[in-house]
Amino acid sequence: MGVKTWIEEWPVYRQLTGNDPLGRAAAVKSRRSATLAPRSATADKVVKSICPFCAVGCGQNVFVKDEKVVQVEGDPDSPVSRGRLCPRGSSTLQLVTGSAREYKVRYRRPHGTEWEELDLDTAMDMIADRVVATRREGWQWKSDDARVRRTMGLASLGGATLDNEENYLLKKLFTALGAIQIENQARI
Amino acid sequence: MAPVDVTIGRRPDLTGALLGDTDPAAQGGWTDHPPRMGFFTDTSVCIGCKACEVACKEWNAIPEDGLVFTGMSMDNTQGLGADTWRHVAFVEQRKPLAVQDPGVLHEGVDVLALAPQGSGTSPDEAGTTPTTPGDPGDLRWLMASDVCKHCTHAACLDVCPTGSLFRTEFGTVVVQEDICNGCGYCIPACPYGVIDQRKDDGRAWKCTLCYDRLTVGQEPACAKNCPTDSIQFGPLDELRERAGARLASLHDGGVTDARLYGRDPHDGVGGDGAFFLLLDEPEVYGLPPDPVVTTRDLPAMWRRVGAAAATLVGAAVAAFVAGRRI
Amino acid sequence: MAECHPVGFQWVMEAKARGATVIHVDPRFTRTSALADLHVPLRAGTDIAFLGGIINYVLANEKDFREYIVAYTNAGTILTDEYRDTEDLDGVFSGLDTEERTYDFHTWQYEGMEVQAASGQRDQEYEDHPGTKKGRASSKSVRQSGRGEAHGSGGAAIAGEPEVDPTLQHPRCVYQVLKRHYARYTPEMVEQICGVPQDTFRQVCELLTDNSGRDRTSAFVYSVGWTQHTVGVQYIRTAAVLQQLLGNIGRPGGGIMALRGHASIQGSTDIPTLFNLLPGYIPMPHAHAHMDLDSFIEGESPRKGYWAEMRAYTVSLLKAWWGPAATPENDFCFDYLPRLTGSHSTYETVMAQLAGNCKGYFVLGENPAVGSANAKMQRMGMANLEWLVVRDFSLIESATWWKDGPEIETGELRTEDIGTEVFFLPAAAHTEKDGSFTNTQRMLQWHHQAVEPAGDARSDLWFAFHLGRRIREKLAGSTDEMDRPLLDLTWDYPTTPLQSHPGDVEPEAEAVLAEINGWDAEGGPLSSYEQLNDDGSTACGCWIYCGVYSDGVNQASRRTPATEQNWVANQWGWAWPANRRVLYNRASADPDGKPWSARKALVWWDEEKALWQGHDIPDFTASKSPHYRPPTDASGAEALAGVDPFVMQADGKSWLFVPAGLTDGPLPTHYEPQESPVPNLLYSQQRNPVRQILSMVHPDDRFQPSGSEPGAEVFPYMMSTYRIAEHHTAGGMSRYQPYLAELAPEMFCEVSPELARERGLEHAGWATIVTARNCIEARVLVTERMTPMTINGRVLHHVGLPYHWGQGGLARGDSANDLAHLSLDPNSHIQEVKVGQCDIRPGRRPRGPARVELVKEYQRRAGITEHTGTEI
Repeated sequence: MGVKTWIEEWPVYRQLTGNDPLGRAAAVKSRRSATLAPRSATADKVVKSICPFCAVGCGQNVFVKDEKVVQVEGDPDSPVSRGRLCPRGSSTLQLVTGSAREYKVRYRRPHGTEWEELDLDTAMDMIADRVVATRREGWQWKSDDARVRRTMGLASLGGATLDNEENYLLKKLFTALGAIQIENQARI
Repeated sequence: MAPVDVTIGRRPDLTGALLGDTDPAAQGGWTDHPPRMGFFTDTSVCIGCKACEVACKEWNAIPEDGLVFTGMSMDNTQGLGADTWRHVAFVEQRKPLAVQDPGVLHEGVDVLALAPQGSGTSPDEAGTTPTTPGDPGDLRWLMASDVCKHCTHAACLDVCPTGSLFRTEFGTVVVQEDICNGCGYCIPACPYGVIDQRKDDGRAWKCTLCYDRLTVGQEPACAKNCPTDSIQFGPLDELRERAGARLASLHDGGVTDARLYGRDPHDGVGGDGAFFLLLDEPEVYGLPPDPVVTTRDLPAMWRRVGAAAATLVGAAVAAFVAGRRI
Repeated sequence: MAECHPVGFQWVMEAKARGATVIHVDPRFTRTSALADLHVPLRAGTDIAFLGGIINYVLANEKDFREYIVAYTNAGTILTDEYRDTEDLDGVFSGLDTEERTYDFHTWQYEGMEVQAASGQRDQEYEDHPGTKKGRASSKSVRQSGRGEAHGSGGAAIAGEPEVDPTLQHPRCVYQVLKRHYARYTPEMVEQICGVPQDTFRQVCELLTDNSGRDRTSAFVYSVGWTQHTVGVQYIRTAAVLQQLLGNIGRPGGGIMALRGHASIQGSTDIPTLFNLLPGYIPMPHAHAHMDLDSFIEGESPRKGYWAEMRAYTVSLLKAWWGPAATPENDFCFDYLPRLTGSHSTYETVMAQLAGNCKGYFVLGENPAVGSANAKMQRMGMANLEWLVVRDFSLIESATWWKDGPEIETGELRTEDIGTEVFFLPAAAHTEKDGSFTNTQRMLQWHHQAVEPAGDARSDLWFAFHLGRRIREKLAGSTDEMDRPLLDLTWDYPTTPLQSHPGDVEPEAEAVLAEINGWDAEGGPLSSYEQLNDDGSTACGCWIYCGVYSDGVNQASRRTPATEQNWVANQWGWAWPANRRVLYNRASADPDGKPWSARKALVWWDEEKALWQGHDIPDFTASKSPHYRPPTDASGAEALAGVDPFVMQADGKSWLFVPAGLTDGPLPTHYEPQESPVPNLLYSQQRNPVRQILSMVHPDDRFQPSGSEPGAEVFPYMMSTYRIAEHHTAGGMSRYQPYLAELAPEMFCEVSPELARERGLEHAGWATIVTARNCIEARVLVTERMTPMTINGRVLHHVGLPYHWGQGGLARGDSANDLAHLSLDPNSHIQEVKVGQCDIRPGRRPRGPARVELVKEYQRRAGITEHTGTEI
């Protein structure tokens, strides 16, 4: 920065030389104020999305900078919501980037008193083993003389917060496992 | 940057910046500035969802402001402060709302005994959510989202010794966090009790009317999210016109209590950049009935000390510039 | 609506600005009431009496839309002379089996019809259906399983041509039966039962009928305030009867809108993670001896309407799942589908967990430890598992109950004694994955991935895919017949590498959507369910979603701005069926195909083009003239006439009277809730006689005495649970977020000043609320928004209980659902948490074992046994 520029940015100089002699406005605009750039304008990309809370289905724009979500706003194009969001939808940024998010698998062994760490691959393998064993243990070919071809050993709850594609794979997998106790929030 | 010109004749009238119906941005030396922007908060369509509070906090990354159950109807936010720049007030009243039928009946309940100060009774002294005495079959639930008024004559700005508080090209009043030194002069100056110091960093904070968003033509976060358009953002002239029409239509519809607050450019603060349509007296919402810029007498004071101040500042500049040249 | 769906409420406000009158019927004065023209507080649990009263008003004053109901509903259809109404039998319908507590609905049929099967409960009649082989599985178990959701895409099946009296004068025609059924639902009765003053009630009747007809339509909006009752389905049916009578179905500005609470709760019903359904509302098969695909279809599908093509939908689904392994010779792997025996709903599952039969449990984005009725039983059930997998964003109560649950504090559970192995897997957020949500309007909207999930967080698509992959690898080479469905499963989805997790891959959501949409024999994407075949040449994962990937384009991701299209906006997202936005919209035109009025035009018959045209896509065969009449031997869609708008119904008509498909009666009837301080003033039958209760009797699920029974006075107040604007359902997505937590930081209850005085409750202090199940504490909000009601000459108080809180997160408190019982709606198996009885007392609840003791003391005082409240 040249000396002349440096001086010209000095508020008192600006106050005396500009149209803001009282130093209440233009003359005192700070460097930060001068370089303000809203993250909704400087994002690398804006990704079209849908609010994850209730079933109204409000449109959301997700602003991404350096591979991080930096802002979530209503999508003004949406005929459902016209860009608006309720308090829950307005909290989406905190929901997806906030401190409440867990990023590590946790494991509680039988009778354990605390969480332990477990790597994801091991956890998935342990879960698959348990599904195979429990399914077999609870297997029924017949009930009351009628063929049922099912397992009563395992159950699942949840789905209304998931995507259709996720529910589809879950229902497909659980049905192939012979599990029938598959439920979600629609029942409650 | 404007060319160097220190002739006195080019200076705007200082009095205009402090009193009267003015264009505050022009008074602040902004040439070719955009129209003055503001909020019109139409509380007659507010549903009290608090989307504005959350949207504001998300955009401005404002800290959480305490987990307190207050007993003040659905309001646990309590008021504007350093960490709350939008606040939704909830007012329960034994009053009718035009032709609305609330369906409730509370015969035999002595409201005054339960809430001796009416809706001003503090929850710990009240036997009920504070309410207003009235007919036992009447009930209305008023909700209103409060915010910094961005006064035409802003005392906070007047008293700020650092130039942290400044008038933007949009005519709004903004604290510049890189300048604020936490002196706190602005806090008692605000006739609405809006601006507030944050405990951990000592600086003053309040609504910026999303100054950063305005610079790229985006509307403030609260107005953008408001589900029912209770918070409207736009050029103040347009908002004032719209508010007038809305008021007339409410009056026609029998909502005779409706009134505008902060719209009048001749009130004690020269009109608010953020003004409201209310359904009852301002006090009911916790707003001062007749706010007056606390620095009303400043112009006279300035005239008296102006010359001395200018001399001092001039000397400082000369010394400083000279110093740099060495 | 302003509380729980604020952004949807903008349209109510917009309508209001244009002159609409908004009526809010709710025991509490809420944020919705604050903006309504008329708030009608009614006693919780009495909506059928209220709406039935309006029906009576409509019929008594002939305010019905006569032309509409004669043409489009079964108003003129004549019932058999065996039918007996609740008016004849003092509160029950003919066909009640008091031993089994089920209805045999043969007497609810139309005159001159063959034995019929129903769609909601179609398979109930499997045993009777001509052509099916008799099996031993009792139809009772089928009835108990319930098929409420099977109505999601259409009605029941009928066979033969019913007798119709278009003059509506025949004493056994539906119109006359309806008239008699509701004749005693008078304004006086409504006042006595609901606590709604007669003047207010008349005002509602007049506002509603004045705003319905050719030129005007009225809409109903409800949420779980209607579904969560022992007569929940019948609540909604009552609104349906009323809206049919007023001609408000299939027309713009009309209808009955269900406001659902989760982003894809509609999607998870359409593509059901539900026990009783397959995708597209195809019922899960019940166990019958020797049942094959043909007999399943024969037992389930009607002859007329689009459900007549159920074989094509089912075979296409089986092809999507088992691909080349599904052949005509092996019945397209129909045998691979596990079979139901009775109800296997979430509450039965908890009973199975407590009994030790169900040992492994997945909890995926749900928080039953807070959100399910009698949440204590949910926690106790989980404490009896071998293993539990919880996938969520945060460590919600359903993941941590073993160390900090309420039962640890009371000493009922000890952490060291709990053998449950718990896996917590962090879930990816919607911004971290591709996929579609189906909103409450049946519209699929795609959300695109913005960033990859961090750490161990993964999508549920990833979880399901890799779990399936691992299981299949572990079982590879197995020759055990039980493993065939897994090994034959089509599970070869394309994947994308996860950049931030080298070596790991994410399945492509759009490929799954393509399978849901379906393809033809050449693998080309289908564009309509009308293209589905029953010979195995097409595959389709969910027939009602067929078309969402037509032309190989993800239609759910379409985003033409609202301002660049008409008000129906069908270039945004994709709604099932076939992107139609208003269901049954052929009813928006008169029988000749002309709009009922210019003001209310939606679709119409264009005589010149010989096509249906309109603002919306016609929910009707586009080229079918209004004057088309089917030949007598026609089947499927062809069997519907040009004046049959309700194309999913077997007769193309909307049903005022439901001859089959509901477990608890053909007409909505007022019953008192499971727990009520009031006797049923209309009938000596107090409660829904077939409510699901006997399977839920458990020491932790005791019911309370009701009405005038001794002990009822121990629980003198009504209670209702609900949600508020500041939080989301069981709190997993809100109580852990500082910005939402601070808005409503603690559990509280809402009571009137009168109740506060009666019980000495201190404003902003603490209260303890007690039922026979549990006791909880809450901060007290005394407010005039809660109003006392005069019911049958007695003043009644409601205790309002938002249910969002638990011991976890930033905003904490006891869970209102701990108070609830498990008496369920027999159609939907949904719990009755919108109304119950309780006591409330000042101060905080006892700590430790004393909490359990307090509940036991109340049980003793009320004389509660295992039989209390279980009477028919």
